[in-house]
Amino acid sequence: MVFKDRDVISINDFSKDEILYVLKIAKNLEQNPKPLAKGKIMAPLFFEPSTRTRMSFIAAMERLEGEVDGFASSKITSVKKGETLWDTVKTVEKYTDLIVIRHPLEGAARLAAEASSKPVINAGDGANQHPTQTLLDLYTIWKTKGGLTNLKIGLLGDLKYGRTVHSLVTAMAHFNPKFTFISPEALKMPDSYLIMLDENKIQYTETEEILPAINDLDILYVTRIQKERFPDPIEYERYKGAYRITKNTLSSVKKDLKIMHPLPRVNEICKEVDNTGHAIYFEQAANGIPVREALIALVLGKIK
Amino acid sequence: MKELKVSAIKKGTVIDHIHSEEVFKVMDILKLEKHPEMTSIAINLGSKKMGKKAIIKIENKFLTKKEVDKIAIFCPTASLNIIKNYKVAEKTKVRLPETFENVIKCPNPNCITNHEEVDTQFRVIKKTPVLMKCHYCERIIDKDHFELVS
Ligand SMILES: [Zn+2]
Repeated sequence: MVFKDRDVISINDFSKDEILYVLKIAKNLEQNPKPLAKGKIMAPLFFEPSTRTRMSFIAAMERLEGEVDGFASSKITSVKKGETLWDTVKTVEKYTDLIVIRHPLEGAARLAAEASSKPVINAGDGANQHPTQTLLDLYTIWKTKGGLTNLKIGLLGDLKYGRTVHSLVTAMAHFNPKFTFISPEALKMPDSYLIMLDENKIQYTETEEILPAINDLDILYVTRIQKERFPDPIEYERYKGAYRITKNTLSSVKKDLKIMHPLPRVNEICKEVDNTGHAIYFEQAANGIPVREALIALVLGKIK
Repeated sequence: MKELKVSAIKKGTVIDHIHSEEVFKVMDILKLEKHPEMTSIAINLGSKKMGKKAIIKIENKFLTKKEVDKIAIFCPTASLNIIKNYKVAEKTKVRLPETFENVIKCPNPNCITNHEEVDTQFRVIKKTPVLMKCHYCERIIDKDHFELVS
């Protein structure tokens, strides 16, 4: 496993062992912060706003005692005047040790990595990949369940367009899970993912109903259903109500069921669920910091 | 050797074992309408293996690797006969390479390759039926969505 100078573009580039290694490093850094990025500069290139992800990367860099380059954001302005992504990255890489990129177009992070001699971390490229989100999701499951193997995982909501759920399913496929996919018929998990699961002999069931599907789960991963996905607004209203998790929905679930959500939530999970002991979505968001610290330290070559 | 039902060529290439509906694609790939010498095309010929097949004979043309790769994408059953002095000097079947650089366009409108000047790259992830994955946006596309880079 070599991480030094490596780009973090897609969860598909990570082997099972590499995933587990990143999680282990994240845990070490969460427990014992180290100044591993001292004297190093990170340039966040955010071509679309994403305050949470940006803040999480900055917090991670600061915990490692590294610096964040303010110049990078001003470079984005010249992009609006027609400079190519390639040229922007070529300019920025001279001033920095590490580039974090968020871009609305799919494949932008891969192209940025090809332009840059410094490591590039993808903080989301359109509907394609957001590998640090996937790794923080895995870290959350790993920490709360003491491992990733043989878990019953339910995914609820928009399974058709949800980048987060697709990456999570792909990554978890390494760990012999049992999946339950809960979604409206119109927002089902795409066939390409079901074929991948069949080929890997991974069990899954599909349903439109939350109950009783969630009662034997270890993890329930909830995602937002967006109104724009439905041609008929009446249909949207129906699902919005039916897929709302309340205390009542959870009356027969396993005691140690943990509920995750990539946030922000709209109304998929009722506020009353927050203090049930099942909710770990705020902890999940906070887990982004140690995971990003681990990746930064690894690609800078400060941990081998 | 079996006698072919289209007039023989002195030197050049005979593309055999293609489906009749693939003829136009081959013409497009090889820009045959611009080829200065004779090209003959026969469609709906009887074939044991394929039922019906088509043959294209191109006088005085030898294909580049890139042209062969393109034919392999759209006509996976094709075989190529290189003709020298009215005889078959070399016979090969097209083979799908593992990767394609700047051969097909990414059909995903949000792919960076459709917004910036960059060569497309595709990797073949399944041969029959052929599926390819874009190196940039990671979208998996099938034959119905392949479009040549102009
Ligand atoms: Zn693409």
